[in-house]
Amino acid sequence: MTSATNSWVLAALLLLPLVGAGVVTALRADARTAKLTALGFSLAEFALAIASWVLFDTGGARIQQSFSFDWIPAFGVHVSFGVDGIALVMIAVIGLLVPLVIGAGWSEKLPEGRTAGGFFALILLEQALTVGVFAATDVFLFYVLFEIMLIPMYFLIGSYGGARRQYAAVKFFLYSFLGGLIMLASVIALYVMSADELGSGTFDWATLVRTVSDAPLSTQIWLFLGFFVAFAIKAPLVPLHTWLPDATAEAPIGVAVLLVGILDKVGTFGFLRYLLPLFPAASAELAPLVLVLAVAGVVYGSLLAVGQSDMKRFVAYVSIAHFGFIALGIFSFSSQAMTGSVTYMVNHSIATGMLILVIGMVIARGGSSRIADYGGMAKLTPLLAGMLLIAGLSSLSLPGTNSFISEFLVLIGSFPKAPVYTIIATVGMVFAALYVLWLYQRIMQGPLRGAALVGVEPGEPVSGGSSAGGALATATQTETKKILDLTGREKWVLAPLLVLIVGLGLFPKPVLATVAPTVDATMCAAGQADPVQSAERQSQCP
Amino acid sequence: MTGTFNLALDTQPAAGAASAAWLLLVLPALGAAVLLIGGRRTNKWGHLLGSGMVIAAFAYAVVLFFDTTSLAAEDRLRDLHLFDWISVNQLSVDFGLRLDPLSITFVLLITGVGSLIHIYSIGYLNHELEDRRRFFAYLNLFIAAMLLLVLGNSFVTLYFGWEGVGLASYLLIGWYQGKDFAATAAKKAFLMNRVGDVGLALAIFLMFKTMGSTQYDVVFSQIGDQSTGTIVAIGLLLLLGACGKSGQFPLQAWLPDAMAGPTPVSALIHAATMVTAGVYLIARSSPLYSLPQAEDARLVVMIIGAITLLLGCVIGCAYDDFKKVLAYSTVSQIGYMILAVGLGPAGYAFGILHLLTHGFFKAGLFLGAGSVMHAMNDEGDIRRMGGLWKKMPVTFVTWTLGYLALIGFPFLSGYFSKDEIINAALGQGGTRGWVFGGIALLGAALTAFYMTRLLILVWLGKPRWENLTSPATPDPESPEAPVGKPYHPHESPSTMTIPMIILAFGSVAGGAILSAVLPEWLTPAIGEVEETHGALSHTMVGILTVVLAAIGAGLAFLLFGRRETAVERPKRVSFPVRAARADLFGNHLNEALFARPGTWLTRALVYVDNRGVDGLVNGIAAGLGGSSGRLRRTQTGFVRSYALSMLGGSILVIAALLMVRFA
Repeated sequence: MTSATNSWVLAALLLLPLVGAGVVTALRADARTAKLTALGFSLAEFALAIASWVLFDTGGARIQQSFSFDWIPAFGVHVSFGVDGIALVMIAVIGLLVPLVIGAGWSEKLPEGRTAGGFFALILLEQALTVGVFAATDVFLFYVLFEIMLIPMYFLIGSYGGARRQYAAVKFFLYSFLGGLIMLASVIALYVMSADELGSGTFDWATLVRTVSDAPLSTQIWLFLGFFVAFAIKAPLVPLHTWLPDATAEAPIGVAVLLVGILDKVGTFGFLRYLLPLFPAASAELAPLVLVLAVAGVVYGSLLAVGQSDMKRFVAYVSIAHFGFIALGIFSFSSQAMTGSVTYMVNHSIATGMLILVIGMVIARGGSSRIADYGGMAKLTPLLAGMLLIAGLSSLSLPGTNSFISEFLVLIGSFPKAPVYTIIATVGMVFAALYVLWLYQRIMQGPLRGAALVGVEPGEPVSGGSSAGGALATATQTETKKILDLTGREKWVLAPLLVLIVGLGLFPKPVLATVAPTVDATMCAAGQADPVQSAERQSQCP
Repeated sequence: MTGTFNLALDTQPAAGAASAAWLLLVLPALGAAVLLIGGRRTNKWGHLLGSGMVIAAFAYAVVLFFDTTSLAAEDRLRDLHLFDWISVNQLSVDFGLRLDPLSITFVLLITGVGSLIHIYSIGYLNHELEDRRRFFAYLNLFIAAMLLLVLGNSFVTLYFGWEGVGLASYLLIGWYQGKDFAATAAKKAFLMNRVGDVGLALAIFLMFKTMGSTQYDVVFSQIGDQSTGTIVAIGLLLLLGACGKSGQFPLQAWLPDAMAGPTPVSALIHAATMVTAGVYLIARSSPLYSLPQAEDARLVVMIIGAITLLLGCVIGCAYDDFKKVLAYSTVSQIGYMILAVGLGPAGYAFGILHLLTHGFFKAGLFLGAGSVMHAMNDEGDIRRMGGLWKKMPVTFVTWTLGYLALIGFPFLSGYFSKDEIINAALGQGGTRGWVFGGIALLGAALTAFYMTRLLILVWLGKPRWENLTSPATPDPESPEAPVGKPYHPHESPSTMTIPMIILAFGSVAGGAILSAVLPEWLTPAIGEVEETHGALSHTMVGILTVVLAAIGAGLAFLLFGRRETAVERPKRVSFPVRAARADLFGNHLNEALFARPGTWLTRALVYVDNRGVDGLVNGIAAGLGGSSGRLRRTQTGFVRSYALSMLGGSILVIAALLMVRFA
């Protein structure tokens, strides 16, 4: 079940960004050197992530490239890491996004007294911790990393964000941290149970799956809930979502990408890695509850996205709707839907990552994140408009884009077991078209208008400019502002995402084939069989 | 009914010339990609590349057609596998093409009319050279998506093309994106289409659940074994999809608004090809709709077709905008096609026949309208026209031939196709035959009436434009209209007239040729035509149709041909006219049922989310960390709240341990 071949890749993946964070901190006095160093480390990390993918044997053991050593022997705590198909693709996504985030934040206006070096060092540190969370194969280690990864993020939002950054950072921290503590209770209970069963307790994930997954239903339900609350906060399910809009709105653009693109995925990753295999009976029992929350998230998130007046909050609500789809796919127990959810995690990072980055570019030009401050911008910046539209089309899951594959798989796979939930979620497609196209219309189409784009008479108050870089919006000009289309750097940041959106929409096979064995193993561990399968292919669980 | 049904379900792998059919998708897609990525660098030759790609696709389509006719009828269903697209355990979606008479017919229509309209657009967009290249990119994108729609070999590839043409349509309706009304019309079209797409998507999910596949060959061979409930449900869900794309009741309101796009777009997408995709979907799914168990679904299809047919005619009588009258005429004519395919084996071939003849004459009518508007400062109001035949003789003659074809003038193309549909509808016999046949006959009379009104107001009578200038205030309905300019109508350049002439030939001769060969050619794909025998003989039906059309046209001459038409639109009109002018209140209904409640719901939720849910959580947070003021002093308070949380966590841990022990 576990293979230690090529474990150096994973070890390097974990250590490289840590070293990078240290080096960049040391070099922070010279902003340009620090930025280039950070970019270099992030690109090297991306190359390692690709290497890890290439070396991964899809027909091999579930957990590969693993290594382990003792940490607290008295409690059987190990530092053990390894990747399965799902962790692998998530680590690749992290590797992809971090260089883009660094590129996008290259000339970000930071609050006074903050250096770009410090900013990028924190991002690299966060990268190391998130790779660790996805790769941890010891439940206690997972818990520790789950909590520690909040700290760099707390400072990234609280020190480098917009006007209400402190409020947003504390809210983010409290939500996640408290969720984590509830999970800790369940983690410790797992240890106690394994001690009862085996004589000596363990936190090893694979051993725990073997020993505790047949616990009585009532116990399972309590332990399930402990994990579930933590994960449902992270991958925000309604009604535990309200920290996300605040955090996204106040975070610097690149940090918002990491937050929505990567950190939130830890929640849905947790559903798959911990809830389903450790508590199969409780997962089946409580699935209707999760499905209700999931579908509520789809509808609620969509409606609120329609009603937002701020672009960054808009993205947060779009993500809440998308997380509803992911949860729906996981808890309707079919390999199609579950594969759909995993690819959704990847594709959402790409599509929403691009959406946030493009919105950041809009805000960098207009100096305001209020939608009403814009209008008719396509006339000035046709390329930027095109990028916003493409990111939006992927968010509404247009066929031909990457997101279609995942949403289609989630829905077609969920339909046989959960038809009513699926029908409601499918209607969410119409809402998605509405919120994307309406946003695009308000910012890009129509006659040129809006305080962020069109100059105002001297002395008139300027609305908007609430968060990022309010300097431009408070300027008083009589002419139309000089607004330029995409710069070379911005094109380089968006091009990889664009290629992936179209490429994975037409040829999703590399991702599907990589995650398929892990999904099948998860289905087996959860004791679930596909609702639709031919006679010759009955489930092949060991 | 199934007894006469001769459907070869076995497909052969494509070989020879047909194995290069992927070119049909790649050529226009490549054109779009080069033009979009190349940007301004391609401005000079972009229109030539765009047109060249579609003409090349047409040339290949002709080769493919003759390649197919050289085969025996039972070998004409061919499948070209390209690659595995989406594959997870039992679900296996192939990216492949189905080459059979039905898809090849559509490919010829799409690339043929598409080529003409690309050429026409070179002349039509000569005022906007900067942007013309992007226009051709979108047109190429449309052609690629539309070809995928008709060529795909599964319902999922169809869905891909289906939403792809929706995107192209969105981009092109919103072409004048500086204008709010164009942006709104584009968004409305996409949204209403997505409502239909939900139906199509659910139909696909249901197919996977019940038959484990979404490929045409598997679904069509297993659909007969499914329960009646499943068959009817899939039939109705597919119909919902068709209603969205084809502007059928109750999802018709987007199509007239779509006229905000440039006229070549209206001709290609919103008359000849995309809006007929719903007819294609139902004809393609003929193995389902032909089942005796699908009787109820088929009846609903016919009812939708009949309602839309009448609704389009009635509203078409009331509009004063050149393109909107034609748009409602399209709605109505597609109603005929939907009615025809709803008849089952008796009507599939005639629905497709009408689709093809309509493709010729309606595209020609739109291009003629574009030619007139191009010459009249983009004026669309027919009350400001009149007597234009002298100024634009070529456009006039080609347009009039299209007009005659549409109203069913004997032996022009519309005569053959419409007559067959009416005959088949009457042929069902009994009350049902009289009701649907009667509606189809009434529609023929109304069509002749509103089209004759258009003919008189635009082309005949006195020139009302001579002493007028373009309206002083910019007219929201015609975006690029220069303000306050006198009209100087003139004939259009040859890039525009030649496509119109070619389409006029099709309008004249297309029906006679196609009606002779089409049913037999299509048999391998959609089955043989089922003979029907209604209360009236076929000859009687033909005569009756012509007489009714003549009455409609004559009435229009009496009403509009003998007196002056006012330039200003009469304000005081009877209720039926007011209702027709307001699209029979379709938009009011949408507004009252969806738009306004939706807006209120959204606002209320935003309020609740900010105050309610958030307030509750803030309260808890404040309770934990003290006052919210203290919360903000995080640098000092951080350690303390951490400690506090640890304490809380420990209590929970102990509780959990106890719980496990005593469980």
